[in-house]
Amino acid sequence: MKKKEILVLEELLGSNKKIASEIRKKLTEKGILTFNLLGSPGAGKTTLLERIAERLKSNYKMAVIEGDIETERDAERIRAKGIPAWQIITGGACHLEAKMVGKLFSKIPSDLDFLFIENVGNLVCPASYDLGEHIRCVLLSSPEGDDKPKKYPKAFTTSDCLIITKIDLVPPVPFNIELAQKEALEINPQLKIFITSALKGSGIKELVDFFILSLHTLRQHHA
Amino acid sequence: MHELSIIANLFEILEEKAKEKKAKKIVSVKLKVGKLSGVVPEFLITAFDIYKKDTIASDAKLEIEEVPIKIYCQKCKAEMIKDDFVFICSECGSRELKTLSGTELFLEKMELEV
Repeated sequence: MKKKEILVLEELLGSNKKIASEIRKKLTEKGILTFNLLGSPGAGKTTLLERIAERLKSNYKMAVIEGDIETERDAERIRAKGIPAWQIITGGACHLEAKMVGKLFSKIPSDLDFLFIENVGNLVCPASYDLGEHIRCVLLSSPEGDDKPKKYPKAFTTSDCLIITKIDLVPPVPFNIELAQKEALEINPQLKIFITSALKGSGIKELVDFFILSLHTLRQHHA
Repeated sequence: MHELSIIANLFEILEEKAKEKKAKKIVSVKLKVGKLSGVVPEFLITAFDIYKKDTIASDAKLEIEEVPIKIYCQKCKAEMIKDDFVFICSECGSRELKTLSGTELFLEKMELEV
């Protein structure tokens, strides 16, 4: 019996990365700006999407892919707003992978402006998986606490935007907005930060304006 | 806990390589895992030991080298280890930094019995 050592140097998530790059390339060609929304269960991802839909739908075409461990509930909420939505039920998996998005690709209308992928509620695992998005947003709701960026660094270092949600609950919820922003920028100085309340509607316009600006940037670069 | 699905990806690569080299067994596997990779080495080992049963790697040992977060300051050219996740240069306070290492998650090498 002979022993032999071989050098491999292959990325463990290489196949996911490859699929994600293909998805991003196709979406870029079609001019569909795509977002991956990360956040804990209950951070307010679906509610934020409802508010975004209300602002975007008169002038833009958007669609949503919902990732959940179980149930079709989130997709139903989005459809109730008149927005096409597809539900990915992971059946236990704690994150979405690019191949799950790839399977839905044929259903995505070519004339969309925006595609939002709402990941499974989890601040850890989804951070490792590129889904082919252009912009990754991480949500942090005030009741979760201002210390989360430091505790869950990967979600914040890999994101382009931090969306602080449920700011209408401060006070009584003790959440230091300055501290949360300072610590988030320490781990990722490039983060764009938005402070929102889906209930009161504050900060949503600024966020949507940024999305629209980003859509134009994408299309200008790939005209 | 996405370590099990990462180990499933690892086994896809391992089985392909073992087949390519016509190996009878996989003796050992070495991974490089950065501190910013978002995975926990201990869980990878547990997942590996669960997954390896009845595979070509059933007796294989998994070795993990943890890679620290190393950054380079584009302003003052200093290099530093940053395990506190504060991406501000400790020398000059600049935020214009480049990550040199720490995001790795790859299969470095494997030992086969041929």
